[in-house]
Amino acid sequence: MSTIVAARPLPREAAAEGAVSASGLVRRFGERTVLDALDLEIAPSEFVILLGQSGCGKSTLLRLLGGLDRPDAGTVTVPRKRAIVFQGDRLLPWQRVWRNVTIGLRGRDPRSVALAMLDEVGLRARADAWPKTLSGGEAQRVALARALVADPALMLMDEPFAALDAITRVRMHDLVRALRARHRSTMLLVTHDVDEAIGLGDRILVMRDGRIATDHPVGLDLEQRMRGAERDRLRARLLDELGVSSSLS
Amino acid sequence: MATNTDPLITVGPLVIPRRRRSRVTAASADAAGGSGRAVGVELEMFSARPAGGRASVLRRLRSPLGIYTTPLVLLVAWQAAGWAGMLPAAVAASPIQVVNAGVHLWRVGEPSTLGQDLEVSLTRAGIGFLLGASIGGVAATFAGLGRVGEQLFNGPVQILNTVPFLALLPVMIMWFGIGQGSKVILIAIGAGVPFYLNLFAAIRNVDQRLIEMARVAGAGRWRLIWRVLLPGSLPGALVGLRFALAYSVLGLVVAEQINANSGIGFMIAQAQDYDRVDEMFLGLAIYAVLGLTCDQIVRVLERVCLSWRPAQSVRA
Repeated sequence: MSTIVAARPLPREAAAEGAVSASGLVRRFGERTVLDALDLEIAPSEFVILLGQSGCGKSTLLRLLGGLDRPDAGTVTVPRKRAIVFQGDRLLPWQRVWRNVTIGLRGRDPRSVALAMLDEVGLRARADAWPKTLSGGEAQRVALARALVADPALMLMDEPFAALDAITRVRMHDLVRALRARHRSTMLLVTHDVDEAIGLGDRILVMRDGRIATDHPVGLDLEQRMRGAERDRLRARLLDELGVSSSLS
Repeated sequence: MATNTDPLITVGPLVIPRRRRSRVTAASADAAGGSGRAVGVELEMFSARPAGGRASVLRRLRSPLGIYTTPLVLLVAWQAAGWAGMLPAAVAASPIQVVNAGVHLWRVGEPSTLGQDLEVSLTRAGIGFLLGASIGGVAATFAGLGRVGEQLFNGPVQILNTVPFLALLPVMIMWFGIGQGSKVILIAIGAGVPFYLNLFAAIRNVDQRLIEMARVAGAGRWRLIWRVLLPGSLPGALVGLRFALAYSVLGLVVAEQINANSGIGFMIAQAQDYDRVDEMFLGLAIYAVLGLTCDQIVRVLERVCLSWRPAQSVRA
């Protein structure tokens, strides 16, 4: 059930359900080398956060993993059933909310499937609304529902909450945790928000110079993710690696 | 950033009117720069619009017919001028005379009644429009969706677009005779070309991010076309439709006046031969009503098809 997004075939064991594997990825745009021999392994059902300054190539990597772009060198192996949540909601304004959720869905009675999924994101009541009448947070929740409705093996999220206000973002984090408890998809979330990374991820990867620079497993429970010495230490390290002096923030 | 050195002058509603300002200055001079500063800030208060109530009644009284108010006023003035004897019979007919001419022609038109002329004209314009819009629409859909269609159709349509389609009439008459054929085909070209160009551009201008999203979400080719590309191009298609209808009427007028023996244009040409000013004006009035009807049809279509767009209420 995996697609190989490159010319060279890959060994079978790399194609385990939900696993992501990338090796030697290179992507250039003109003179600029954005990804420089990048390697990445993600285990099935793992929630990995990709952290980096803007312009470090995190979105480029996500587009390669999503199959939206091809590498100049190297290979990517990802599950065929995958979904992407973009920074913008990308809802079709001319389709009602529930029809947006089922845009990629096949099978009988799509409406009841959509309603059940919208229920999970707390938007069942807005199923028949036009997308333009939704708030930013509601629209992004619909986008989450659209991504999860087909039960993808891999879910890629490209700064999905960056455009939302702080309070809405915290609510979205709660929602993602709740969804995560039900859907065991492998998840990769790209962000530049350190608190978001600590709040959600099993593992945080920091990207620099077109490669994965550091790899931090987050062995904290929810309470520890919110406050405490361990969290503060991790936060300070991440900020330091991002080139931000922790005393400033 | 704008040079915003003096907020008192640049901030809209908080600007102190000249009159008030001079008074404040006088007062504060009295108090020797004391506590008089707050006097200078003028407040504005907003509250709910009266629902239904007096304001909307007033608005309705001011222009009870919306955009048709001015035309109606002009019509009344025109009739008044007729009654006052200010319209010489050889120059213009009053509205009532035009209506009378219409009633007369409807009953005993020669060689054909007004009803027959109308039928001929509407059939010409209708068939021509449907022919042009359907061929243009199908071609534009193929061209919009794929390279092959684009390479096949774009060239000929662009060439047709550079030639004023009315200039094709002599060729049409030579090829298809002076009967219905040449007129219908001329109208079809007039309608088809702008519809093609607008629909093609509209399909190509559908937001790439939405197309990418639909592909990623797993929508197949047909679903992409039916749920993303075609609905997304609908606003542009309706602009094309507006042009197509307008050019159909234009083609109709020219085709009928140059070489015809029936239809509204023929009626006008005949009226000119017999110095019947009232009948000429009747023909013009019919064209005007035809144009307005087309416009209304598109407006209704827009309201129905584009109901997902916010701020539909802005429309006049």
